[in-house]
Amino acid sequence: MLRLERVSVRFGQNQVLNQVDLTVASGEVLVLLGPSGCGKSTLLRTIAGLETPAAGQVFWEEQNLTAVAAHQRGFGMMFQDHALFGHLSVAANVAFGLRIAGWGVGQRQQKVAELLELVGLVGFEGRSVETLSGGEAQRVALARSLAPDPRLLMLDEPLASLDRALRGRLVNDLGQLLRGLGQSAIYVTHDYGEAFALADRIAVMDGGRIARCGRPVEVWADPQTEAVARSIGHQNILSLDNQGHCVLGRLGGQAGLVLVRSDGLRLAPSGVGARVVGSVFSQGRYDLQVEVGGQLLQLSAVEPVGLGDSVYLAWPDDAVVPLVASADG
Amino acid sequence: MDTDRLTLMTLRRLAWPVVVLVPVAFLGIFFLWPVTNILVKGFVGGRLWELLHEAVFWRVLWFTVWQAAASTALALVLALPGAHLLARFHFRGRSLLRALATVPFVMPTVVVAGAFIALFEQFGLNDGAFRMRHTVWALLAAHVFFNLAIVLRTVGSYWEGLDGRVEEQARLLGARPGQVFLRVTLPRLAPAVASAASVVFLFCFTSFGVILLLGGPTRATLETEIWRHAVWRGDMASASALAVVQLGAVMSLVLVSNFLQRRRGGREQTRLDSRPMPSRRLLGANLGLLLVALGLPVLVLVERSLATGNGYSFDNYRALTVRVTLLPVSALTALGNSVLFAVVATALAVLVGGFASLVVVYGRRSLSHFFDFGLMLPLGVSAVTLGFGMLVALDAPPMDFRSWRWLVPVAHALIGIPFVLRTVVPTLRRIDPKVRESAALLGASPFQVGRLVDFPLAGRALAVGAAFAFAVSIGEFGATSFLPRHPDRLTAPLALFRLLGTPGDLLRGQAMALAVLLMVLTGLAVLVIEGRPSGRGVVRGDF
Repeated sequence: MLRLERVSVRFGQNQVLNQVDLTVASGEVLVLLGPSGCGKSTLLRTIAGLETPAAGQVFWEEQNLTAVAAHQRGFGMMFQDHALFGHLSVAANVAFGLRIAGWGVGQRQQKVAELLELVGLVGFEGRSVETLSGGEAQRVALARSLAPDPRLLMLDEPLASLDRALRGRLVNDLGQLLRGLGQSAIYVTHDYGEAFALADRIAVMDGGRIARCGRPVEVWADPQTEAVARSIGHQNILSLDNQGHCVLGRLGGQAGLVLVRSDGLRLAPSGVGARVVGSVFSQGRYDLQVEVGGQLLQLSAVEPVGLGDSVYLAWPDDAVVPLVASADG
Repeated sequence: MDTDRLTLMTLRRLAWPVVVLVPVAFLGIFFLWPVTNILVKGFVGGRLWELLHEAVFWRVLWFTVWQAAASTALALVLALPGAHLLARFHFRGRSLLRALATVPFVMPTVVVAGAFIALFEQFGLNDGAFRMRHTVWALLAAHVFFNLAIVLRTVGSYWEGLDGRVEEQARLLGARPGQVFLRVTLPRLAPAVASAASVVFLFCFTSFGVILLLGGPTRATLETEIWRHAVWRGDMASASALAVVQLGAVMSLVLVSNFLQRRRGGREQTRLDSRPMPSRRLLGANLGLLLVALGLPVLVLVERSLATGNGYSFDNYRALTVRVTLLPVSALTALGNSVLFAVVATALAVLVGGFASLVVVYGRRSLSHFFDFGLMLPLGVSAVTLGFGMLVALDAPPMDFRSWRWLVPVAHALIGIPFVLRTVVPTLRRIDPKVRESAALLGASPFQVGRLVDFPLAGRALAVGAAFAFAVSIGEFGATSFLPRHPDRLTAPLALFRLLGTPGDLLRGQAMALAVLLMVLTGLAVLVIEGRPSGRGVVRGDF
């Protein structure tokens, strides 16, 4: 189990990580989600030993790793742009960690073959890494990181440089593969779709802190802060006046923000009146954008609706969640 | 607009033959003819085959190769830590280090030799247990001084372009820092290291002034042997045979070097967001080493030039105006000659090189290739071979140039032309035709397009090329040392060579002062080059 205790990192005057506490259980896939610049890559690099924390401790089980060098931590990492060794073949890339660990040639070849089969690149041993496509390079990088059997695998936006269709497929492959191996992993992304597809737990970062951490359903149902809500794709965020009123009526007792989750909001025979301003057909449903008193809201519907139609909105009480406003609004 | 176009076409028809013929004639008479002469003399006399059976020849060849190899290896080993520092870290003094790395470019070979002589005298290394002068160590030290900067720049800038995450990946896979360097960094740097090494090797292989002055009478390379046979013994047959060998060797080295430089081409995208500060110890050790290696010879040279029997003054500089018996004219007059020759050589190089660039860029395909190759040839011939070729080829009618005063700047111009070509041709090629088209669409006549678009862009490159030609000329020693001597043709490097060759405190002080002045003049030219964006990169390894 990985445990971080109040880890802070500074670059000059800039506080990049601010007292981060985090745990990753054995065999768990934790997804670090957040916008670029929130410190998630730095957190990963600090765990890897590539950055030195200004304060705080990093533990693996009971061993304090804070002062242990990167090459002695036994953690693996996959970078966004793969960072393959351009001067080596595919096989030599995958075997690199094994060579360092002193494995014999025969054992190495066997392990490399197994790994290439695992990532679906049988027969690629002799290829130069310069000739690989983006998806292939990504698989080689994964095989290389897995080869020395790391106790923790970190993946820093490994799919960000790939096109969308490929990304969707690889997310599923990756999830199955990590679970199949029982691999403890931290996966960094700014794409909440990837996060929900992969995560056992999600940690949402905001301004160098972990703003919310929990199982995907928990985080989705109750994001707690505006920044977290936006990071995981919520859009129906409304501000309440002093009496707790907004365009949808009275949703609270005082001024503040509320989230009306789009999975709760639905079209109804009666309720709050709204006008349809956008409709996109997607995967068997219609993603609607409606306008209520100058406020735009998102929801989805099974039946098609015409643009400009008047509709009524309804929602269960548990679809409304109070949010803490972010400092930067 | 139509009349304009008509004039332009007429002008082109009249001017084009001149533009083509001037470079052809210049190259033919002053370069191809001398080189052919050497080849004929070397092969026909049969001296070449005799030479191959002489032990002395093989000894000389062996020494030439190994001193170049040793210098290259030393320069690589000493410069790599500094290149790492420049490539991977942010620190105060980074720009100071970068500036220091240009210092050797400011120093002509004879000046470097002077600086090391000053250094040895200052630290008592001229004799005794730690004698440096007239040992092979003196040669190696001077060569390393020259070439540290080439490695620092070539490898440093390439290294900067490499993605540091690849090294981090290797560490995360368990590699210790040493393993990361040997298994990942070094192989990745290989193209840049090979390219830098080939340039340094070529440079040391054709080193001349440094070897003559620091190596002493017993250390002979191909270059000094050609000079000794031709100038001291008048044995033109042996000198020609040696020159043929040198010609073959240098041409092959240039081909290898060009091949390696082309391979260096492709670069990775760099993504360094946070360059760390290096540890104090690492920084201190590296900066200290480079400061000493690059700065000390210059400092000592300047200090010696100001030192007189008691305290410091400008006496040595004042003494330059007085003729000493050793020289036919005063050192200051020699410096005046050098400046005059450099101006003429620059004008010639700009004229011929400029014309040739036009042919390379706008000429018909075959003509363009021919010019591109032909005008670069002087780079593939050592200065000594060039000077020697002129000495043997241009001494009989119809081409008797022995008494011609301007033969010296002509030789210098030949060496400068490739630099003009290298700066101007890429710039002309880079001018986007769309820029010209937009200018035309905005109503500019073809003349105005030339005046407002091409010339301002190419003119800058031409200035850089001119500065190169000037710097080359002002410090040129190898070729000049062969050309017929006449009191009013003595250049400053030749004068410096003679002053340095004789012991005696009085002349030594003068020599140092003259060396400093030469350094300043070259430095001004290099300032022009470094100040222009198109000059950067060209300076790296070519000087």
